Amino acid sequence: MISRFLMQDMDRRGTVFLALIAGLAILIPALNLLVPVGSAFHIPTSTMSLWGKYLCYALLAISLDLVWGYCGILSLGHGAFFALGGYAMGMYLMRQIGSRGTYGNPILPDFMVFLNWQELPWYWYGFSSFPFAMLMVLAVPGLLAFIFGWFAFRSRVTGVYLSIITQALTYALLLAFFRNDMGFGGNNGLTDFKDIIGFHVQAQTTRAALFSMTCVMLIAGFLIARGIVVSKLGKVVIAIRDAESRTRFLGYRVDRFKLFVFTVSACMAGVAGALYVPQVGIINPSEFAPANSIETVIWVAVGGRGTLVGAALGAVVVNYAKTVFTSGFMAPYWLFALGALFVFVTIFMPKGILGTARQLLEKRRKPAPAATPEPAPAE
Amino acid sequence: MTAANPGALTSSLLYLDGVSVSFDGFKAIRGLSLTIEPGEMRAIIGPNGAGKTTMMDIITGKTKPDVGTVMFGGSIDLTKLDEAAIANLGIGRKFQKPTVFDFHTIEDNILLALKAPRSVARTLFWKTAAAQAKRIDDILGIIKLGDNRDRLAGSLSHGQKQWLEIGMLLAQDPKLLLVDEPAAGMTDGETAETAVLLKEIARDHSVIVVEHDMGFIRELGVKVTVLHEGSVLAEGPLDQVSANERVVEVYLGR
Repeated sequence: MISRFLMQDMDRRGTVFLALIAGLAILIPALNLLVPVGSAFHIPTSTMSLWGKYLCYALLAISLDLVWGYCGILSLGHGAFFALGGYAMGMYLMRQIGSRGTYGNPILPDFMVFLNWQELPWYWYGFSSFPFAMLMVLAVPGLLAFIFGWFAFRSRVTGVYLSIITQALTYALLLAFFRNDMGFGGNNGLTDFKDIIGFHVQAQTTRAALFSMTCVMLIAGFLIARGIVVSKLGKVVIAIRDAESRTRFLGYRVDRFKLFVFTVSACMAGVAGALYVPQVGIINPSEFAPANSIETVIWVAVGGRGTLVGAALGAVVVNYAKTVFTSGFMAPYWLFALGALFVFVTIFMPKGILGTARQLLEKRRKPAPAATPEPAPAE
Repeated sequence: MTAANPGALTSSLLYLDGVSVSFDGFKAIRGLSLTIEPGEMRAIIGPNGAGKTTMMDIITGKTKPDVGTVMFGGSIDLTKLDEAAIANLGIGRKFQKPTVFDFHTIEDNILLALKAPRSVARTLFWKTAAAQAKRIDDILGIIKLGDNRDRLAGSLSHGQKQWLEIGMLLAQDPKLLLVDEPAAGMTDGETAETAVLLKEIARDHSVIVVEHDMGFIRELGVKVTVLHEGSVLAEGPLDQVSANERVVEVYLGR
């Protein structure tokens, strides 16, 4: 029944996307591990981890597209859920260091010893267990989204006001996590990781496994998001985006539907953050920066809002461009380029890369285009 | 209905008594009383600002009255419920400006309105049963949009959107339909067809129609309530009401 739910009405684009990611999950680690260094086909470990990072961002973009593209909730704080998932993973990785830290304390992470803390804060309990930490990766962002959404959606906060409070949410967390006495490492965050479920985090094989795991989670996230948007619930959610009060007069409890997609989306963002942390080797409060969440919105807009594949594509394209731009003589101009890209896409390609491509294809197929409704106003 | 409902305070399907509501000091509705019997079709007319839309807002839970009683089915107090709960009780509403889901196909618009469990879990794992698919086909036939079922609703003409919205009301299968200016912006031919459609619906539903178009109301041939400045000015058959001096005064100015 679950597989039928996930695979119903699978279209060609979705199939291509799934095949591509599944192919990458096998091909990239194979080229990294099996092809000798020096061969033209060898992929360096750093490149593999970089692409692993892009795919984490792709999962984050899909989670944002679920709430923004389909439900019209423009969250400018999705980076917060990503970072919380990342911190949950980071806490597990910190506990795995054990007595190998600089201060050699078997229980306390280095930064706590440095702050003269005598015992582990209660909220660090359990994070030495991998299953518990993985549960927290889902539960912490999910619970925050649920509580936040419960109040926001029940009070019918919508549009730009909701966007502002999501932005405030991530900013408040940024400030909180900067504080040393919060117990999350202050502005240095959590780093110097050693092991993940018994394997060395820096080892080439671990890195390859993490990359493959990212692909698997991206596929899972895509299938879940797609299962939701093609279901009748997905139709309700789109109806809410386009005519919220009409949906209410049909008897749907709009707040519950919003709460459902918002919470699922936050859990998905948390998973993306958890996969990101071991691949980049650090999590610090800057991940909560409002600018990160806004950048995520740009990825989705560039790729194609309201198309899950487009969101993932946008994340990879923009971040690849970012890597290229910020590592050469153009480095000082990256933010200008990003801003220009956003303006360009908004004006000339309001449906993003994928939406525009589809329009062009349709136009070629039948010269007389069927009348289509005006695009929904971006909130 | 009364027999099956011993707690009922009235045999009316809808019962409004002494309802008042004001916005920033402006009294949109003052002491409005109105009853609709089961199976009845009622037309409501009144000049702009008479409180017709506000009355619908009160019945459907969008606006809470300051004072007054609003009872549905004899024993349910509508002032305590929100829009979704009221819709699920069986009160459907068609808006003045046709409001359909532009980015859904015509068929999906009907599917969303179709009477069915509205919970998150039930919609997530929804499968349309054969009987429901047939009901959708029937409704598409009634509103004459069967051939266009896969078209996006946003691409329909104004009149077609009005019909689609009426079709959505039918799919909801409510006990009471509130229809706000169904003939607005329609051609004469479309208006006549809409009147036929509404009369057909009224055979097994209670209907309240708010309308400006006197010709349309004459075609419906039902009891008329005239609203003015938030309360009932006159009530009765159209001929009797339109002969009423006060009504003439209100409509033509003094």
